[in-house]
Amino acid sequence: MFLQPVPSDNFQLPPSMADTAPPIDKAYDFIFWFSVVFFVAVNAAMIYFVMKYKRRKGVRPEPTGHFMKLELFWTITPTIFIFFLFHAGFTGYIRNATAAEGATEIRVRAKKWSWEFEYPSGDRAPAELTLELNRPYKMIISSEDVLHSFYIPEFRMKRDAVPGQYSFIQFTPTVAGDAHVFCAEYCGTSHSGMLATVKILPPEQYKEWEKTLGKCTGTPEECKPEKWGETLFVKNGCPTCHGAGGTGDIAGSKSPGPKLVGLFGHQENTTAGPVTADENYIRESILRPNAKIVAGYQTVQMPPFVFKDDQLDAIIAYIKSLK
Amino acid sequence: MAAITTTPGAHHDAEDPNASFLEKKGLMSWLVTLDHKRIGIMYLISVMIAFALGGIFALLVRAELLTQGKTLMDADTYNKMFSLHGVVMVFLFIIPSIPAAMGNIILPIQLGAKDVAFPRLNLLSLYIYWFGACFGLYSMINGGVDTGWTFYTPYSSSDPALGGVGSSTSVIPMTLAAFIMGFSSILTGVNFIATVHKMRAPGLTWRRLTLFTWALYSTSIIQVLATPVLAITLLLLTMERFLGLGIFDPRLGGDPVLFQHFFWFYSHPAVYIMIVPGMGVVSDIIATFSRREPVGYMAIAASSLGLALLGFLVWGHHLFVAGMSEYATMVFSALTFLVAIPSGVKVFNWVATLYKGSISLQSPMLWALSFIFLFTIGGLTGLFLGMLAVDVHLHDTYFVVAHFHYVMVGGTVMGFVGGLHYWWPKFTGKMYDEAPAKAGWFFVFVGFNITFIAQFIMGSRGMPRRYYDYLPEYEIFHQISTVGSWVLGFGFVIILYVLVKSLMSGKPAPRNPWGSAALEFQTPTPPPTFNFVKDPVLTRGQYDYQLATEDELYEGFDDPLFPGIRGGKPAAKPAAAAEGEKE
Repeated sequence: MFLQPVPSDNFQLPPSMADTAPPIDKAYDFIFWFSVVFFVAVNAAMIYFVMKYKRRKGVRPEPTGHFMKLELFWTITPTIFIFFLFHAGFTGYIRNATAAEGATEIRVRAKKWSWEFEYPSGDRAPAELTLELNRPYKMIISSEDVLHSFYIPEFRMKRDAVPGQYSFIQFTPTVAGDAHVFCAEYCGTSHSGMLATVKILPPEQYKEWEKTLGKCTGTPEECKPEKWGETLFVKNGCPTCHGAGGTGDIAGSKSPGPKLVGLFGHQENTTAGPVTADENYIRESILRPNAKIVAGYQTVQMPPFVFKDDQLDAIIAYIKSLK
Repeated sequence: MAAITTTPGAHHDAEDPNASFLEKKGLMSWLVTLDHKRIGIMYLISVMIAFALGGIFALLVRAELLTQGKTLMDADTYNKMFSLHGVVMVFLFIIPSIPAAMGNIILPIQLGAKDVAFPRLNLLSLYIYWFGACFGLYSMINGGVDTGWTFYTPYSSSDPALGGVGSSTSVIPMTLAAFIMGFSSILTGVNFIATVHKMRAPGLTWRRLTLFTWALYSTSIIQVLATPVLAITLLLLTMERFLGLGIFDPRLGGDPVLFQHFFWFYSHPAVYIMIVPGMGVVSDIIATFSRREPVGYMAIAASSLGLALLGFLVWGHHLFVAGMSEYATMVFSALTFLVAIPSGVKVFNWVATLYKGSISLQSPMLWALSFIFLFTIGGLTGLFLGMLAVDVHLHDTYFVVAHFHYVMVGGTVMGFVGGLHYWWPKFTGKMYDEAPAKAGWFFVFVGFNITFIAQFIMGSRGMPRRYYDYLPEYEIFHQISTVGSWVLGFGFVIILYVLVKSLMSGKPAPRNPWGSAALEFQTPTPPPTFNFVKDPVLTRGQYDYQLATEDELYEGFDDPLFPGIRGGKPAAKPAAAAEGEKE
């Protein structure tokens, strides 16, 4: 699954690949060694006492007295320690909760059981998040169904995807290579299959990749405009409202969006008067769906979509082909 | 101190008040009994069956994770297995385990009372528990649940059969099971609070209560105050799932994070319902086997109450990555750290009690000492999770799984099994074989550490919890963990064998096999129906080992310090060593 695994220099933690990881690792190491010292002290004392004061005939146990100073000592000392622990955890957290100026925003959409990433250009990619090295990012996370949690262990970042609201994380990738995306909040059957890859590319490679963004990357056959248009139509969830293949029919009843089969060249009655459905009309209906709403469909509003010109051409070619 | 409240006329059926409480035979004599000890025994059997069932689910979960991909079962079955493991262990085993089972038997005796304050209510609690368990079994037979024991919405509350996006398993009977068992928990809590306040024997001041009693008293307060919140939450969940009432599901206008606040407002205090009684058992065992009054008696008692109080203020630490404001996370993180103080105070005091004690490593003591060992790991790893920055990374990974198993198993189960060994002679009138009991402890202790240390490491390396399948780099840790679970399971099989053998052919237990100064060991074994042959009057505390004669120190206290139990020999006359007589 991973092309460029990055080794970790810490047995307990995955490799550190973003600016968010070092403060968390520092806090982790601090609490780890604190715990080791504390654990060894308590248990060594326990084991020593058990051996030293083993029951012997004729040796009476010391009656228990009152040790007010001792009680105060082991109440107050941990109180001071935990203040430091809280501080170490809190400063790291706040540092990571603040976005850098001009961070690139990427929408992360979770649904059972896949991740989809939407770049500022409007291009969407499932299951793979491509990032540029040393560029600050802000993830805007949402869920379409149940709770999920967007977790990149190499960045030490995690945030729940909650249906009905947005949540955010921000980071700057600092190491080129591949990282994991896990779903960390239980979401049903394929919870453990809800994975994605983060690819962190150096600027030159990122520019190369950016050029392919929104382009058809399949075989020449798959990249024929109608075929690619169909792929985009399905991937962007159009059948949910227009029916599979644009038939305007979902499970035997009228779909919430208008029928697309036979649309091209047909005269449509819209809120802006009668219109002949040509390329320009379809293009406008995708980019600004509420400019001309087909009579009878005013109650359901279609969300605007963002596409590149060649993607639009492909989708229009597909709709033209629906006869 | 107030005089003993008279026992309600509950025991008019007992012919000979001095006969052992186990004497009466016949199923009906058990099912309609009002004797707290018999009710406790029935609780004990029930929770042990639940523990076995939950343990089998756990072994199946671990077995499935032995190899990558499918090992035994498909993903849906796996999801049900870990959910049922959680639900059964939490609601059917761990919450009623020490309070309702052991507390029922021991608490009134430690108070010098004839019974709990409300014996009929006590029997009702048991029947409510069974009634709730029937709903749980019904759900399991109907396909179980796959929501996890936390029932997070909208997955649990949105039924695909009604057009939802959530779980299609039988969630409603299981939430009703937890809802119903909550009432059992509340009633037991009310009963214990009233018993501790009103039923103490003459001379048994608050300062002379055992630490086990203090722990149960603190637990009861949490049970009474927190459980209603769970009841309301689960009822709302059922209504949303069944009637489409929009409370938690955003598609119906609800808020899924609200459920988490409600749920953890109960379930975090519930963690202290689970652990505080275990701490009480350990305090008593350590005192008995070190022959010392626990150092900082009042500090340990107060820290039980402190945990009960703080437990209500920290629920938000389950929601650090769920979408709370930064201010809220800050406050909850700070409050969470406060929990470390009473927990630390207990541990320091236990270790200090060993200092200059007279320590005997019999099997109950092994469990109590391993409680300290494992609970320090459980507690310290809790600090990792309280630290905000670190929690963001560790939340919902195997690190959390390992952490709470160190607290719940390393803590509560060690306390439970330790208490079981400690009071077994008192419960059954039989002794068990010490050597195989120690072997059982050894396998449980070693197996437990193998199982969960592997989980700490894979968790901090990023392995999320509740995963049916995993990436190849985690396989070795899963395999170590699964092998550990077999060692752990084997240990419990040995313990089962030891206890069953003791019932079949165990030697009759003496009145005070460990030489404890606590009140429950001054009464005949097994205790008579009214607990004491004569009403006890306390002239000393229950940990006053410094008053013991040389013989008593090794052979156990005799009754002169409790004049009245066996007819009140003069206190000055040295008592004969306890010779294992049965009254």
